[in-house]
Amino acid sequence: MQVFKGTKIVNGIAIGKIKLYKPPVYEISEDLVTDIAAELDRFEAARVKVQEQQNALYDKEMKEGHADTAGIFEAHAMMLDDDDLIDSCKELMAEGHTAEYAVREGFEAAAEMFRNMDDEYFQARSADVIDLKNSMLDVLFGADTANLQGTEPAILVAEDLAPSETVKLDKSLLLGLVTRLGSSNSHTAILARSMNWPTLIQCHDISDDWDGKFAILDSYNSCIYIEPDQYLIDELTAKQQEDREREAKLQELKGKPSETKDGRKVRLYANIGGPKDIESVLENDAEGVGLFRSEFVYLNSKTDPTEDEQFAAYKKVLEGLAPRLVIIRTCDIGADKTIDYMNLDKEDNPALGFRAVRICLNRRDFFKRQLRALLRASAFGNLGIMFPMIISRWEVQECKEVLEECRKELKAEGKAMGEIEIGIMIETPAAALCADELAEEVDFFSLGTNDLTQYTCAIDRQSANLERFADTHHPAVLRLIRETIEAGHRHNTWVGICGELGADPTLTEDFLKWGVDELSVNPKSILPLRDNVRKVDLSQHKKAESPAPVQTEAKADPAPKTPAPEAKAEVKADKPKGLLGRLFG
Amino acid sequence: MKEFNYVIKDPVGIHARPAGLLAKEAKNYKSTITFVKGEKSAKATALMKLMGMGIKQGDEVTIRVEGEDEETCFAAIEKFVTENF
Repeated sequence: MQVFKGTKIVNGIAIGKIKLYKPPVYEISEDLVTDIAAELDRFEAARVKVQEQQNALYDKEMKEGHADTAGIFEAHAMMLDDDDLIDSCKELMAEGHTAEYAVREGFEAAAEMFRNMDDEYFQARSADVIDLKNSMLDVLFGADTANLQGTEPAILVAEDLAPSETVKLDKSLLLGLVTRLGSSNSHTAILARSMNWPTLIQCHDISDDWDGKFAILDSYNSCIYIEPDQYLIDELTAKQQEDREREAKLQELKGKPSETKDGRKVRLYANIGGPKDIESVLENDAEGVGLFRSEFVYLNSKTDPTEDEQFAAYKKVLEGLAPRLVIIRTCDIGADKTIDYMNLDKEDNPALGFRAVRICLNRRDFFKRQLRALLRASAFGNLGIMFPMIISRWEVQECKEVLEECRKELKAEGKAMGEIEIGIMIETPAAALCADELAEEVDFFSLGTNDLTQYTCAIDRQSANLERFADTHHPAVLRLIRETIEAGHRHNTWVGICGELGADPTLTEDFLKWGVDELSVNPKSILPLRDNVRKVDLSQHKKAESPAPVQTEAKADPAPKTPAPEAKAEVKADKPKGLLGRLFG
Repeated sequence: MKEFNYVIKDPVGIHARPAGLLAKEAKNYKSTITFVKGEKSAKATALMKLMGMGIKQGDEVTIRVEGEDEETCFAAIEKFVTENF
């Protein structure tokens, strides 16, 4: 038995035979030929064929919903139309070189040009040109690359995989993946993550004699065992079985309530980034959407998105997920996310700068376009609107005034609208400490723990030097969370958590104890979190600790608008809320 | 001959996809469209050469249009560049 180390990309265990994925290495003759026209024809035929292949890969990726990777192949097809590239190859053939030789030299020169550029993006394009060169040579040599993967399920071992190779793999035959090269940001790694393949990269010791050997890929421990002994086989087979059972068990939790042993319910919502995520919300049985980042409508556009464009995107999500509550956060862009058409000044300290609601309140027309789109979409589902980066009560009041103005306009235009809930992100210490006042203005709070931690601890999470000082469970942050929940409940405002801490299994019990009403996490974390919630028993704490705020019990109802309307309506009516009264009254 | 200056707004500069679309668009016209930055220049139809100029966000480029259909071509290319780069 031999053990080899690598860098893991996706956790998991794969057991089976190794298949060495070895693209052919071609011997290219440097001899000159006499029939120049024949070489030119062969070159052109190969070029057309490879272009067709790239277009087919584009279609395949689009159909499977991978617009990002599809773009790679679209660009590949366009590169094959490049006159300079084609001419440089043709010149070589005109001198009597073979088509193969011309492709190798011509494409290598183009790759070299990119490699020598000083920008990372352009440097990485050299891999695209090499990928095209290899595809051209495959066609010219008539190599059958369809079968490189073999016909049996196997752990695939390769030097590296080009984008066009990765997407061509038959996923049903792929047990796991090991490469000698590759980076955690490579196309292969990204795909491996999305497909959940046990994957190891940077495994420098891969060798040709592994081909056909029995092996176990244990990416939990970042290693592969070649011809493992019986003891390991038994142990890791059991572990793989455990993995599968855990996965199956999670699947069984679909449709089950998110409820502790003693009957305390909590709503488990999903964080999403756009209409493309609707499917994964449904697949993972999320009970709603606690954070829909509306940035994608701004970032995916070259010009300021119109009201109609935004309306279409919001409507799609609301309709697709009805009757679930979908909370859409208004524009949260800022100086750190450059959007050309916004013409934002560069700031020395963007995290503390002109961002989110601060931009919206200063640029009313821009803000109103989004609010009008949201209000119109509210006719098609159950909408919550959430304002980010709030620090003061007047900001919330002003947001609500603009919203009310939009509502009046739309009503006058005869546009249909539904009921909405209004909330704010609590992501600044200022907002957390003023939660009592802010709660009087809104229906819900959502704790954005990432920014709250950054602003409370004055720690930039991206900075590697600060790792030692960063404490994701810092008592100051946890205290702010607890106090925000309690303040919300004092005013009958429900409180959720939509930051990364929401999915932290070590905190689930505390959050429930403090009375949190909703946890919003990425869709894949929903079922594991439900599993966690169902193992908690709060009756133990009730005896031991001071009781949770009185409203907590009543607040634990799953759907925000439907249950216990009397109690809620009564309290809301007492609040001095202009807009809310009108929207709900 | 007609020309205009343009400051690149795309964060990645003139990258693969828009450059490819530009090449396609440029092939619809008889006029020659040339991108000039400093001493470097490339025709709009030469995708790789254009990318090879390493044009980045904030760079000012001159775009020249010359040929029999330069009036219509100029309008179309100006619109394309403003929307995509």
